[in-house]
Amino acid sequence: MASVPATEFARIAAQSEADNTTDDPRFRAPLVTGNLDFSGITANVADLAERSTPPKAWYIALGISLSLLGLLGACIGYLMLTGVGVWGNNQPVGWGFGIVNFVFWVGIGHAGTLISAILYLFRQNWRTGINRMAEAMTIFAVVCAGLFPGIHVGRPWLAYWLFPIPNQMELWPQFRSPLLWDVFAVGTYATVSLLFWYVGLVPDIATFRDRSKTRIKQIVYGILALGWNGSSRHWHRYERAYLLLAALATPLVLSVHSVVSFDFAVSQIPGWHTTVFPPYFVAGAIYGGFAMVICLAVPARQLFGLKNIITLRHMDNMAKITLATSMMVGYAYLTEFFVAAYSGNPHEQFTFHNRVFGPYGWGWCVMTFCNVVSPQLLWSKKIRMNMLVLWIVGMLGNVGMWFERFEIIITSLTRDFLPSSWHAFWPTWVDICTLAGSFGLFMTLFLLFCRFLPVVAMAEVKTMLPAAHAHAHDLHGVDAHRTDYRPDEHLNPDTDAPRLKNR
Amino acid sequence: MSTDLKDIHDTHGHGGPAIDAGPRLTGLLGQFDDVSSVVSAAQKTRAAGYKVWDVHSPFPIHGIDAVIGIRPTILPWLVLCGGLTGLCTGLGLQWFCNAYDYPLLVSGKPFFSLPANIPVIFECTVLFSALTSVFGMFGLNRLPLLYNPLFKSARFRRVTDDRFFIWIDETDSQFDEHRTEDFLKSIGATAVERIED
Repeated sequence: MASVPATEFARIAAQSEADNTTDDPRFRAPLVTGNLDFSGITANVADLAERSTPPKAWYIALGISLSLLGLLGACIGYLMLTGVGVWGNNQPVGWGFGIVNFVFWVGIGHAGTLISAILYLFRQNWRTGINRMAEAMTIFAVVCAGLFPGIHVGRPWLAYWLFPIPNQMELWPQFRSPLLWDVFAVGTYATVSLLFWYVGLVPDIATFRDRSKTRIKQIVYGILALGWNGSSRHWHRYERAYLLLAALATPLVLSVHSVVSFDFAVSQIPGWHTTVFPPYFVAGAIYGGFAMVICLAVPARQLFGLKNIITLRHMDNMAKITLATSMMVGYAYLTEFFVAAYSGNPHEQFTFHNRVFGPYGWGWCVMTFCNVVSPQLLWSKKIRMNMLVLWIVGMLGNVGMWFERFEIIITSLTRDFLPSSWHAFWPTWVDICTLAGSFGLFMTLFLLFCRFLPVVAMAEVKTMLPAAHAHAHDLHGVDAHRTDYRPDEHLNPDTDAPRLKNR
Repeated sequence: MSTDLKDIHDTHGHGGPAIDAGPRLTGLLGQFDDVSSVVSAAQKTRAAGYKVWDVHSPFPIHGIDAVIGIRPTILPWLVLCGGLTGLCTGLGLQWFCNAYDYPLLVSGKPFFSLPANIPVIFECTVLFSALTSVFGMFGLNRLPLLYNPLFKSARFRRVTDDRFFIWIDETDSQFDEHRTEDFLKSIGATAVERIED
């Protein structure tokens, strides 16, 4: 049994912050390094929440985020008191920053669901190190996304008209509109993401509850943990519910950005009216989301001492997915140009010519550089292992994906069919401050999450350790893959005969 | 005691709770230090004929369901019903709003036609299914249950960290304070604790 794989596995797992990116096919690389055992994982993850003071960088980041959040509040207040005229929106550019930001933030969320649901169905065990953080990112991104359509409707106090609520006017929403599909898609997505996140959190909050020293923490974590006690019967239903949620979230996440893309694709505006939009939007969303996960994970593993749980292998895998999806996005860009050229439709052709050489051509260059050119660096393993460069590529990805939505929305609207109706769009200071403020909202929520909730799915990471699996002989006579055992199947007929007779 | 175990409460057991108000023994808790030992102990517990018992662990142990004899949950069927309810709700909502209660003519299209209704139907199906799977799971697990005599044990706090436990309930027909304690020790428990309520 002391074969090369076993010793090699043990050697890597024992090193702190080891390079576990090996692709040796004889064994699976360890996903937890630094010789962490079960309690080591617990202590490592709980450390940030149990420290009396978090690192100085956390305070600085929270200070900046809270300032930006205040700015967001001020901008929204100003908008509500004055009207959407404070934004740069005009005729014909009715969808300015409000919708650019909405699509940007909704897209960010997709990586979280991809990691938590799709990689779960594909049995990608490395997801356990990062799924909690990515799911939190999803929820906070959807919060930011939901904000924008709400304040964009003109009279935000009437935003509830979006929902089918019985009213004295007997008016109902118009269910043929993709904008209403969006309400249902994003609403469902937010709810399911929150449920998925919370279900995953319950056993880990129970860990926090059991480690709490103060009365307040015991009560708060105790209520949130719902009395979780690790019963095998509970785990059985829990795992089944988790699998069902993953199976439900997978088509859901593909549908959400597809529905968002219908907002554009179902219209007749050149540059929007195209069938490639749903897959193109989904690929872009996953690319942008992974770029954001990388941007959050690099500082988090550094600052919170999580390098043995969010290992180099995790970062390497995320970089590879970023590279793959960036090329899908690049392919979609090419397809758009090809279809425009091939269609023979002069409006379509003009729109794409205008997108590159028109007044917003610089934005197209930023988008192409950030989304297609710079991720090519990730072909090199050296760069994937260099956290600073990886972080910069991730940051560029965020910038690029924001500009992609800017290009799609603004260039198509400023110059549509009739030159007499053309009009430029330039953001006002309120537009820019609201965008900056939404980052404040996102980061504030994320920083608070890091401080008060388990940032890593501890129970799931523990199952990745070899010690989490019983040796084969312990399961003698029991097929672990069967679930249809009768309760009396393993009774000993001699000693249990009287009991069996009584039944 | 976990109320969940009452599902398989053996009616041959001792009667109800003691009349006097003093602390009542609810069962015995055996601690195990690793997965292999708790799995083999669970096999022996089942073979010994205990009925009202459970394994507690910090994470789901692969294969433990078969060892204990946990029957598959009905949760997937509940979720199927939830999903179908969502499907009908989505379809009915759109028909009621735009075709029945306030017929809305859009570009001369039919008041009610399936293709335009698919996205909302899909979202409602997923939403209802997800709600059913989460609340169904917690409901079947009888959670939230904030009071549990097990939580009085300081030792049991490590069940969410790195320790494994076998719980044998006093309502089990084979339960005997001393014999069961010896049994837990004989199958490898590193510590046995009486849990009183």
